[in-house]
Amino acid sequence: MDKPFAITLKPGSSLANHTGSWRTTRPEYVDRLPPCNAACPAGENIQGWLFHAESGDYEKAWHALVENNPLPAIMGRVCYHPCEGGCNRQHMDSAVGINSVERFLGDEANKHGWKFAPAAAASGRRVLVIGSGPAGLSAAYHLTRMGHKAVIYEEAPLAGGMMRFGIPKYRLPREVLDTEIQRLLDFGVELHLETKVTDVQQTMKDGFDAVFLGVGAHIAKRAYIPAGDANKVLDAVSVLRGMEDHDAPLLGRRVVVYGGGNTAIDVARTAKRLGAEESIIVYRRTRDKMPAHDFEVEEALQEGISIKWLSTITEAGMGERGDDIMVEKMALDENGFPQPTGEFERMEADSVVLALGQDADLSLLENVPGLVVDKGMIEIDAGMMTGHPGVFAGGDMAGNERTVTVAVGHGKKAARAIDAWLRGEKYAPLPKPELATFDRMNPWYYSDAPKTMRPVLDIIRRQSTFEEVLGGLDETNALFEARRCMSCGNCFECDNCYGVCPDNAVIKLGPGKRFQFNYDYCKGCGICATECPCGAIRIVAEEN
Amino acid sequence: MLKQTEGSHAVAEAVALCRPEVICAYPISPQTHIVEGLGEMVKSGDLKDCEFINVESEFAAMSVAIGSSATGARTYTATASQGLLFMVEAVYNASGLGLPIVMTVANRAIGAPINIWNDHSDSLSQRDCGWIQLFAETNQEALDLHIQAFKLAEELSLPVMVCMDGFILTHAYERVDIPTQEQVDAFLPPYEPRQVLDPAEPVSIGAMVGPEAFMEVRYLAHAKQMQALERIPQMAEEFKTVFGRAIGGLTHSYRTDDAETIVIAMGSVLGTIKDVVDEMRDAGEKIGVLGITSFRPFPIAAVAAALKNCKRFVVLEKSLAVGSGGIVATDVRMAVTGMGLKGYTVVAGLGGRAITKKSLHALFAKAGRGELEPVTFLDLDWQVVNRQLERERQTRRSGPAAESMLRDVGTVASKIA
Amino acid sequence: MSLQPVKFYQTGTFTVGNRLLAPEERSVQANMQRTNSLNSGHRACQGCGEALGARYAIDAAMNATNRQLIAANATGCLEVFSTPYPETSWQIPWIHSLFGNAAAVATGIAAAIKVKKQKGQGGDVRVVAQGGDGGTTDIGFGCLSGMFERNDDVLYICYDNGGYMNTGVQRSSATPPAARTATTMPLGPEPGNVFGQGKFVPAIAMAHEIPYVATATVADLRDLEYKVTKAMGIRGARYIHILVPCPLGWGTASHDTIRMARLAKETGIFPVFEAEYGEVKSVLAIRRPLPVEEYLRPQKRYAHLFGKSPAVATIARIQALADKNIRKYRLQARQGGH
Repeated sequence: MDKPFAITLKPGSSLANHTGSWRTTRPEYVDRLPPCNAACPAGENIQGWLFHAESGDYEKAWHALVENNPLPAIMGRVCYHPCEGGCNRQHMDSAVGINSVERFLGDEANKHGWKFAPAAAASGRRVLVIGSGPAGLSAAYHLTRMGHKAVIYEEAPLAGGMMRFGIPKYRLPREVLDTEIQRLLDFGVELHLETKVTDVQQTMKDGFDAVFLGVGAHIAKRAYIPAGDANKVLDAVSVLRGMEDHDAPLLGRRVVVYGGGNTAIDVARTAKRLGAEESIIVYRRTRDKMPAHDFEVEEALQEGISIKWLSTITEAGMGERGDDIMVEKMALDENGFPQPTGEFERMEADSVVLALGQDADLSLLENVPGLVVDKGMIEIDAGMMTGHPGVFAGGDMAGNERTVTVAVGHGKKAARAIDAWLRGEKYAPLPKPELATFDRMNPWYYSDAPKTMRPVLDIIRRQSTFEEVLGGLDETNALFEARRCMSCGNCFECDNCYGVCPDNAVIKLGPGKRFQFNYDYCKGCGICATECPCGAIRIVAEEN
Repeated sequence: MLKQTEGSHAVAEAVALCRPEVICAYPISPQTHIVEGLGEMVKSGDLKDCEFINVESEFAAMSVAIGSSATGARTYTATASQGLLFMVEAVYNASGLGLPIVMTVANRAIGAPINIWNDHSDSLSQRDCGWIQLFAETNQEALDLHIQAFKLAEELSLPVMVCMDGFILTHAYERVDIPTQEQVDAFLPPYEPRQVLDPAEPVSIGAMVGPEAFMEVRYLAHAKQMQALERIPQMAEEFKTVFGRAIGGLTHSYRTDDAETIVIAMGSVLGTIKDVVDEMRDAGEKIGVLGITSFRPFPIAAVAAALKNCKRFVVLEKSLAVGSGGIVATDVRMAVTGMGLKGYTVVAGLGGRAITKKSLHALFAKAGRGELEPVTFLDLDWQVVNRQLERERQTRRSGPAAESMLRDVGTVASKIA
Repeated sequence: MSLQPVKFYQTGTFTVGNRLLAPEERSVQANMQRTNSLNSGHRACQGCGEALGARYAIDAAMNATNRQLIAANATGCLEVFSTPYPETSWQIPWIHSLFGNAAAVATGIAAAIKVKKQKGQGGDVRVVAQGGDGGTTDIGFGCLSGMFERNDDVLYICYDNGGYMNTGVQRSSATPPAARTATTMPLGPEPGNVFGQGKFVPAIAMAHEIPYVATATVADLRDLEYKVTKAMGIRGARYIHILVPCPLGWGTASHDTIRMARLAKETGIFPVFEAEYGEVKSVLAIRRPLPVEEYLRPQKRYAHLFGKSPAVATIARIQALADKNIRKYRLQARQGGH
């Protein structure tokens, strides 16, 4: 077309006008640390595996999950999910049921027999792992992935540590535990049961380049309580361990559990299931001070467990039949510490179970030079190494927070540190990005979708059987739950920036490739950042 | 085909023969009969492949025309007087965008006071709007100029106004020769737009142009009119070849060869003037006539050539540049700059005032004697004017001038309490 | 057990795109091959709502017509910032004629297309006319009404930013009550724009009983695209009125453009609905009800309402207008309602 001068113009010719020169601030894409990931003691990339679950690719999701944690079916049951406590979705409706999706993925993997991705090429290095609890299994798994030979020595006749001997079946069915351990063995982890290590240094001489200690803490703490003969005073560790024997422990009709942690709850609930008419927890402080997780307390109360708050047991084995105990009322002082009141109450108790915490058995380390033990725990550096080079430690023996999840995290971190150490390097974790806080997000774009509730076992069966209390999600609601994830702080390719830019200054790179700003035209208005649902764009001052 | 018909209808038939594709119509006297005729032809199916749109204003009429023309449709509309003024913004826009719309202006006075009768105030108010303006002397010429107008417009990508005197031509029944479709098709090729809105080849039409290029754009509009100055006479020749009639061109000289006095005018009044000139010639006066067909572009060279042997000229025009004098006269004076001619401006026939042979005889005689004032208002009732001027001197609130004067004249005195 | 329908997406239907949606369910703006009808390099202010709304609408219309589209544009910001010589941002056949005649120009285009098609000289090309609120509700209103009444095959899109922003923020008939403009200064006993009778052109369009009338905002892209697409599937006169916040005229931060549109809708200030042949057929319900103050407060054009002593009565009057919209168009938040 022979266009008339000036009044008629060639289409799209404004590309010659680089409006980027107007800019005083510029948008930048960022990746922030999602609060779930930040809160996960096992260092899972939760958002990462939820991403795959959202599209229904559960196998890919599971593979992403097990990059950090080889025990999702277990974790989906026993983890106290601090991730959900951090989840930004709670500011909208309720936290994403991360734990339930994790369990779903773990169960799917078990159902379909999914295998871990192949390990790295064999390095020829051997690492001794002492203890087959979550820390040991995790360390062995990660070391295997990195190409090292991991050999586990386990004192007990069965693997799993506290997951088997401390967690009741109604929370963790044993076939789930067995299946996930078997997968690790199939992966190449070598397991020697009933193999007690008494001298680490000696054992290491059997061709090991490093050692990871994950012996746990399974020696019950005792409190001195004057007691007569008739009254049975037991410890929680023994009771729970006894549940794995052929004959269940005999606790009687009226059971008193002394303590306020999750173990106390586990024992009280176990006692109920063993037939106790009354299962009573005696705890010296108030409910809000109780270390046990609230949902567990709630479940216990539902099952008919009663709790005596602000009470201590001062004497047991009293009375004619020796089955009475004396309880003293406590009162909190101004610092929140319980103080005796001098007010006593006598109670009947066929047995008293002490759930006052556990200590680690550190006897195998007695001759290792350089090791430091403080208050019953082994001291380790930031890279999980003890004072003795090549000896690493994790799990209950090396931390205040004694959960399966923390132990799995320790195992992974130690494995990475061991790997670095084997290569003569020092393990340096990557710096953590800025936290993806809720105030950086634009929640408008997320549909309203309350959390999916997991089915809960009927209350009568909960009081009489060891069937799993909490059910799993089915495929449809697992998908739903996964899709509740808001991808905090990380681009999930919602195309908002691409769409909302009045200047078409966002280049879409295609599926999986995210976006780029076209600074030739970006005027720096900032709409992209304001309208980014997940807060993955920041605005910075233009430098010149 | 010879036919006795109304001027408006003759124009409607001519326009129909040009195969217009979009016609916009809004009623205003005295152009209504043209679009009524076209509307009937579209409705009856005699004029095929044509959209006839009854718009809600003249502004919309020209706007619709802009849209359809820019989309490559041969587009026609007609208006007059107030209607032309109401569409002015779009009139300028059509030429600015170079859209070859053809519009009939059935010339009519502009109010206030409102007046439906003929003069040239409306189209001459659009002197600088960028359109080509052709003035018809007769109904035959009106008819033929429309056919030429489409060809001219489309060749140059410029809109063309064909001006014909309201009522005097539009409502006059005369014999006209209506050409055949074959003749028109042979003369007027299908519209090939210079620029068009087409998804296959998108362009942006109507950019905002700043000081850096605005002058050039305006000059190019002027240059196009200068091209028209060359094309109009050629086209008249081409027309003559096909239709056998000498119609169009820039100007027409009548008995000017040895004329000492040449009377210049536009439109139907030329007929009356020619009659008077014939009579004066018979009486031995050396007088001739120059009719201007193309007011825009203004044929400076042709006018100068036509006047080069005369001694004086009289521009008789149906328009008034209030506060200045003549509009056509100004252009003519510019054309003869330096030729040493004596020029007179005569403002005549405003608002339909009859221009009589008697008055013209007297006027031309006076001109021949060199006694004419530089600016003359033909047949002005000085008594009425002077009385009103006097009234206004005496009374601040002297009332509406038109009503007061009508009361003086006594025309409608009975209707005013 | 499954209480929710499984078709829930992480981001619902609210974001521009969603990798979980089937391609045909994604928005036009999410498409890498979208036409970018209004291309980069235009001279709109930072965060211009009109530039955004125009690309949303025209891209959707292009998509709906298989790119067989011509646009007529009224004078105004959109025209000035998109086509200053020597560059144009438009990638479609586009014409600007005058301020007040976009609807009529579009009628002419539609007429030409119809004839060309009849003659076998052209395909099925569709027409959009577009202008700001000044060009639509004021100076172009006559042509708009004429186009409606004749039921010409034109979609007219009004980008309403509530004033003559191009000429320096003067009042139009779409300027809301109490708003400060250069010609309604916050002075005297009733500062800002008058509480007039209002001139809500979508309702006037409905009074013409044309086949389709809709309102939309730049905050609800999918709704906007749905309406443009629907409109392009209908023959005859259609009208879509899109609220496009203007950072300059409203005195809002450039990054808040979409947020302001969202607040206008969520407070009930701007009802979002569609109507066919004069009857309301659906509304976009309020999702998170908010008092009008939330909408007014961030805008400097209402700053005089929030001085040392807040203009409680004026704010209440504006709230009453919003409440009336909510009643009249039944905008109340509904369970699960999008």
